[in-house]
Amino acid sequence: MLRILHQIFRTGIVTEPLPAETGAAIQEIGAKLEDVIRRRFRRSLTIRAVDAGSCNGCELEIHAINNPIYNCERFGIHFTASPRFADMLLVTGPVSRNMEIALRRTYNATPNPKLVVAVGDCGCNGGIFGEGYASLGGVDKIIPVNIKIQGCPPTPVAILQGILKAIL
Amino acid sequence: MTLRETIISAPGIDASPDENQCPSNVPAYIVSREQFRDAARMMKTADARLVAEWATDESHYSSLPLPSGEREGVRGRGFGIYACYARDNEYLIVKTYTPIEDPTFPSITKKFAPAHRFERQMNSLMGVIPTGHPDLRPWIRHEDWPEDAYPLRKSFDASKPMQRVKGEYNFIKAEGEGVYEIPVGPVHAGIIEPGHFRFQAVGEDILNLEERLGYVHKGIEKRFESLSWTEGVKLAGRVSGDSTVAHSLCYCRALEAMTGCNPPERVLWLRALMLERERIANHLGDIGAIANDAAFAFLLYQFSRLREMLLRINLKLFGHRFMMDRIIPGGVIIDINSDGKNEILAEMNWLLKEFERLVVIYDENPSLEDRVRDTGILKPETAKELCVVGFTARASGRNLDCRIQNPFPPYDKIIPKVPVLNSGDVHARAWVRIEETRESIRIIREILNNLPDGQIAEPDLKSQASCPQPHRAGFAVVEGWRGEIVYWLQSDAKGEINRCMVRDPSSVNWLALEQAIHGNIVPDFPLCNKSFNQSYSGHDL
Repeated sequence: MLRILHQIFRTGIVTEPLPAETGAAIQEIGAKLEDVIRRRFRRSLTIRAVDAGSCNGCELEIHAINNPIYNCERFGIHFTASPRFADMLLVTGPVSRNMEIALRRTYNATPNPKLVVAVGDCGCNGGIFGEGYASLGGVDKIIPVNIKIQGCPPTPVAILQGILKAIL
Repeated sequence: MTLRETIISAPGIDASPDENQCPSNVPAYIVSREQFRDAARMMKTADARLVAEWATDESHYSSLPLPSGEREGVRGRGFGIYACYARDNEYLIVKTYTPIEDPTFPSITKKFAPAHRFERQMNSLMGVIPTGHPDLRPWIRHEDWPEDAYPLRKSFDASKPMQRVKGEYNFIKAEGEGVYEIPVGPVHAGIIEPGHFRFQAVGEDILNLEERLGYVHKGIEKRFESLSWTEGVKLAGRVSGDSTVAHSLCYCRALEAMTGCNPPERVLWLRALMLERERIANHLGDIGAIANDAAFAFLLYQFSRLREMLLRINLKLFGHRFMMDRIIPGGVIIDINSDGKNEILAEMNWLLKEFERLVVIYDENPSLEDRVRDTGILKPETAKELCVVGFTARASGRNLDCRIQNPFPPYDKIIPKVPVLNSGDVHARAWVRIEETRESIRIIREILNNLPDGQIAEPDLKSQASCPQPHRAGFAVVEGWRGEIVYWLQSDAKGEINRCMVRDPSSVNWLALEQAIHGNIVPDFPLCNKSFNQSYSGHDL
């Protein structure tokens, strides 16, 4: 137990001391995010992440916005296990044929008003997988999309920026 | 006796070598369709494991002249059926043909357990029929696909979407008083890939777990066939995003084997540097995530902080957080200078110190220990039976690592010391990865201290590496962080991609989760699943 406490105090809060260039970006986006989330979402934006066929690269970066350095919870953003509680769907793609029905069901289970953010080049337009018998292309081919976040995969900062754009 | 001698001298098996198979230390032997199972029996007796089994559509080859070394009588081509076996440092491919009019071949499932899924997959995607297979329910192919849709056949038009038809998947059922079912997925609670799990349970005890995957099937193997060799490496880097370095490296090595291209030493060492960095990043993330699934979030945040720092150095020195698209046929696209070298060495010193502090906390926490020990046990004999690979195998007493068994420079000089544990539980899988992280830090230091000078990509090499001869086949294995990744590439009459077979370690290791879960309780499933952390995308392709 002492070791744990020692490690906690030794580590301190890592969310603040960021390398200058990304640090500034996060502060700026974060302040805007916090303000919007406070006004429009009563201090909490709840996200349901849906992998509709991704290679898992985008998932790793969505995980990263939860790490103590990007720490998205400080802005009131958190991830939920059920679409029924969600304000926003964060969808990675390309949408595979075998996930199409599950994605539609998740979308329908999310209460209105809802926002959909497509994450990654594949979520935007199918990426390298294109459109064919098994890959149906970008998320907007299946459900309405509010915002697209480019990148393969997009960096955690880009994901935070995209979320902000969607709720502004 | 080597596997090669075994197959040549086997009574009743008439095996002829396929000279188009590269590299020369991974030979392929052609046998008649009837002898395919006999060959499997010989391999089983010789204590080999099944690495992969796959099919090719070679029907359009028939009008071509015989490739040298192939005997009359084996012709008639149609579908090629391949099985790859391995023992110690030897890999061997056994190949046969089955005609289009009667695309059957003898199933080898009764000899090798992992063939169960390989053959279901071949049946589902290529439409070849393994006779004697006990369970030909579709795999990866979902029940609403049209009946005659076999995407890997050349006659299939992959550019059009498929109709949905009515169909039902028959899950295994359990009956009895108090038995109930829990369906989970495909959309899971966390930020993870989709798949479906069906539990039969009594109270909290799991009677059976059945996996049903294929949700992220994007048609990757078919997609390869429409790409050029140089575009192919990009797709390989996106088979499983967490293993992008290992997959693109394996693709390049298979292609370089076909073209006889030997990249300079410096390239090989830089590739190994990236491979080990990828291993560390994933191990750090997953050790934390395992602790988190046992409700010890502290370690998740601590380890994910270390992981983030590593990814930032990747971005700074290699230009991408996961080092995607850094490896190309014949070379790498990025070099490091002495500043970069010193930066990584300093990073490794810092990382090791931080890491060891956290390992002590992991090791000394009794409530964590209570959850991870004796949970999700994969017994060594089961691991052997299922032919599992990677850290999953090494946590269950199997000393397998293709950095040692099939090394390329620098692993011929810097030999990894591989941890092997026997308990096969969640703790063993986590601990093997802790030891591997230490070892990768050592390897990275050695690579940097002995990095050979030279060019990283000569234009000649690049073009040589992407132009194989027609009708060649290339094979390569690379030890990614999950385990042995296998690529088998085949060129057509024009020298372009005819087939690209990808076998992610998850393709075999998914079987192990179903076995390891027996005797556990439902609430421990996420913990068990996380300790394996298989790729869905790499499996579903």
